[in-house]
Amino acid sequence: MTRSFLARNPSVLIFLAALALFTVTVTILAEGFGIGLVSTSFVKVLGKTLCLCLVAIAMDLIWGYAGVLSLGHMAFFALGGYLIGMWLMYARTEEIVIASLAGQALPVTPEEIRIGIGTQIFGVVGGSEIPWVWGLAHSLTAQLMLVILVPGLLATIFGWLAFRSRVTGVYLSILTQAMTLALALYLFQNDSGLRGNNGLSGLQNLPGLDAVPQATLSLWFFWASAFALGGGYVIVAVIVSGKFGSVIRAIRDDEARVRFLGYSVEGYKLFLFILTAIIAAIAGALYYPQAGIINPAELAPIASIYLAVWVAIGGRGRLYGAVIGAALVSLLSSWFTGGRAPSIDLGFYTINWVDWWSVALGAGFVAVTLFAPKGIGGLFDLYAGRKVPDRHGADLGPDDGSLQEKEAVK
Amino acid sequence: MTALLEVNAISVTFDGFRAINNLSFAVDDGELRAIIGPNGAGKTTFMDIVTGKTRPDTGTVIWGERAINLLKLSEAQIARAGVGRKFQRPTVFEDQTVAENLMLALKAPRSPLAVLGWRAAAKDHARVAELAAQVGLRDALARKSGELSHGQKQWLEIGMLLAQEPRLLLVDEPAAGMTLAEREATTALLVDLAKTRAVVVVEHDMEFVRRLNCKVTVLHEGSVLAEGTLDHVTRNQQVIDVYLGR
Repeated sequence: MTRSFLARNPSVLIFLAALALFTVTVTILAEGFGIGLVSTSFVKVLGKTLCLCLVAIAMDLIWGYAGVLSLGHMAFFALGGYLIGMWLMYARTEEIVIASLAGQALPVTPEEIRIGIGTQIFGVVGGSEIPWVWGLAHSLTAQLMLVILVPGLLATIFGWLAFRSRVTGVYLSILTQAMTLALALYLFQNDSGLRGNNGLSGLQNLPGLDAVPQATLSLWFFWASAFALGGGYVIVAVIVSGKFGSVIRAIRDDEARVRFLGYSVEGYKLFLFILTAIIAAIAGALYYPQAGIINPAELAPIASIYLAVWVAIGGRGRLYGAVIGAALVSLLSSWFTGGRAPSIDLGFYTINWVDWWSVALGAGFVAVTLFAPKGIGGLFDLYAGRKVPDRHGADLGPDDGSLQEKEAVK
Repeated sequence: MTALLEVNAISVTFDGFRAINNLSFAVDDGELRAIIGPNGAGKTTFMDIVTGKTRPDTGTVIWGERAINLLKLSEAQIARAGVGRKFQRPTVFEDQTVAENLMLALKAPRSPLAVLGWRAAAKDHARVAELAAQVGLRDALARKSGELSHGQKQWLEIGMLLAQEPRLLLVDEPAAGMTLAEREATTALLVDLAKTRAVVVVEHDMEFVRRLNCKVTVLHEGSVLAEGTLDHVTRNQQVIDVYLGR
C-alpha cells in the first residue's frame, strides 16, 4: 500500500524514458547539431506537436478524468501565445527602431522610440498609439507572469459563474464554445489593441539573439517543449493518482453522490478548470514562438473541438492516450492537409486529401467512439491482458458472486 | 436535551402539488426513528430537504447545538456538518476499487487543496480494512466495486456511510430488495448504529419497522399524522384509515 508513486504508475517512467529518447534522437539528427537528417522546419513541427500533447494532457485531466467536456481550452492556449507574442514583437521592434534611429545626429528620446514602435506594430491597423494592453509588453518577466495570470483569471471568472450555476454536460460545452468564439471575435476587431485579424507575427525571432541561427533556436524551443511536456505529465499523473484523482473520477461518474459525501463538486471543477487553463496557456506560450505567427483564427471554436477529438481518439482517462492521440492526429493532419499525401485515383474520381482529410478524421472519430471507446490507449490494455469487469446485470442468485444475467446467457 | 435535528413548519410545492405541507418534527441525538407512510406521503422529499437537494418554500431546518439553519447550506456542507444519507439503490463508484470507495468516504478534510496534499497514513489504511471487515468485504478490498453483487454493493455503501462518521444517518428503504437473512442483518446493524448516532429510517415495510422497535412517525400528504410507538400509531383510527386500511 505504501509503494512509491513510480512503482504504482510504471507508465509515467516509460513515458518519460520514451520522451527523453525521442528528444535526444531528434536533437542528434537535427540540422542545429550537425547531421541534418531532420530539417529545422520539421524540428519546429515536432516541437509544436509536443506543445499540443501538453494541452491534450490538460484536456484529458478535465474531460477524461473529471468528465467536464470543455470545448474552450484552445482559447487559453492561444491567449498564452498572444501574451508571450506581445513581448517578442515589442522587444524585437524596439531593437529595430533603435537601430534605425541610431544614425541621427541628435540623441534619441524615449518618446521617439515609443512612437517608432507604435507606428511599426500598429501601422497595419491604421494607428500609431500603443494600446494600454501593451503596457507591460516591454518586460519579459511581466509578460511571462501574465501568461499564467490572464488565462487563470479568465478561467476563474468563467468557471465560477458556470459551475456555481451547476451548468453541466452539453450546456457547459456550448458555453465554453461561446467563450472561445466571443474572444476570437473580440480579437478580430482592429481596436482590440492586438492588431485585429493580422495577429502577431515574426515571433520566431528572439529579441537580442539575432546571431543565433533558427536551426539552434528551434532546438532550444524543442527542448523546452519536451521539458514542459515531461513536467506537465508528471504533475498531472501525481494529481490523478492520489485521492484527488479518486474524487474527480467519482465526480465524472456520479456527481450528486459525491456531494452527499461532503465534497464540494463545484470547487473541484473550478480548481481543475483553472489548473488546466494555465497548463494550456503555458503550452501555447511555447507553441507560438515556434509557429512564428498567431492570429484570432487560432481561437476558432473548431480548434477546441479538434482538441477533444485528439483526446477521444487517443483514449480518455489515461494520460499517455491523450499524448498519443494529439501527436498522431495532429501530425497526420498536417501531413494530409499539407498537400504531401498522394491523392488516390479511383478512375472516376480522384480523392484529394486536402479536401477529404476532414471527412476521414470525422469518420475515424465516429468509428473510435462506436467501436473502441477506450481509444488507441485501449490497445495497451489488450497487451497487458487487463480487462474491465462488465458486471452490470442483476444477480441470478442470492449468494455473493453468483452468475449475473448476461453471464448466464453466454 | 435539545433535539439534534428540528424541522419547523416546512412546506414545498412541485408544480402545484403540495409534497410537504407544514411538516414539523424533531430527532434527538442518538435516537432511532422510523418514518412510515403511503406512497406520495412526502418521505423521500423530506430526506431531500434535510440533505439540501430540495429547497422548501417555507420553514426552517435547525441542526445541532449551534442551531445552524441547514437550508442555508449546500449539499456538501450539510454532509460535512454530519448528515449522511443512504439511498434506496446502492450508489457506489463502480469504476473504483472497494478500498478507493471507502477511502473517499473516510472522514477527512474535503476541500480540493487539502485533498491534493492528503496522503493515506497507516491508520487510514487500517481504518479502511476495519470497515471492510465490518461489512464483510475484507477480501474484496482490491476489487472494482462494479464487480460486486447487488447485496455487496449495499454493504459497501453502508461501509462508506460508517466511514463518513455522520451524527445523523438518513436511510431510505433499507429493506427493499433484500432477502430475509439480509433484512435481519440490516435491522441489527441499524439498531447497533443508533447507539452512537441518530438514525432515521424511511420504510414501507411494517414488519421491518416492528423489528426496529423504535418511535414511529406516520406521514400522510406531507404532514405528520401520528407519532409514538408502533402499537400506539397502529391503533390510531386515522392511521388505519389512510394506511393500514388499504
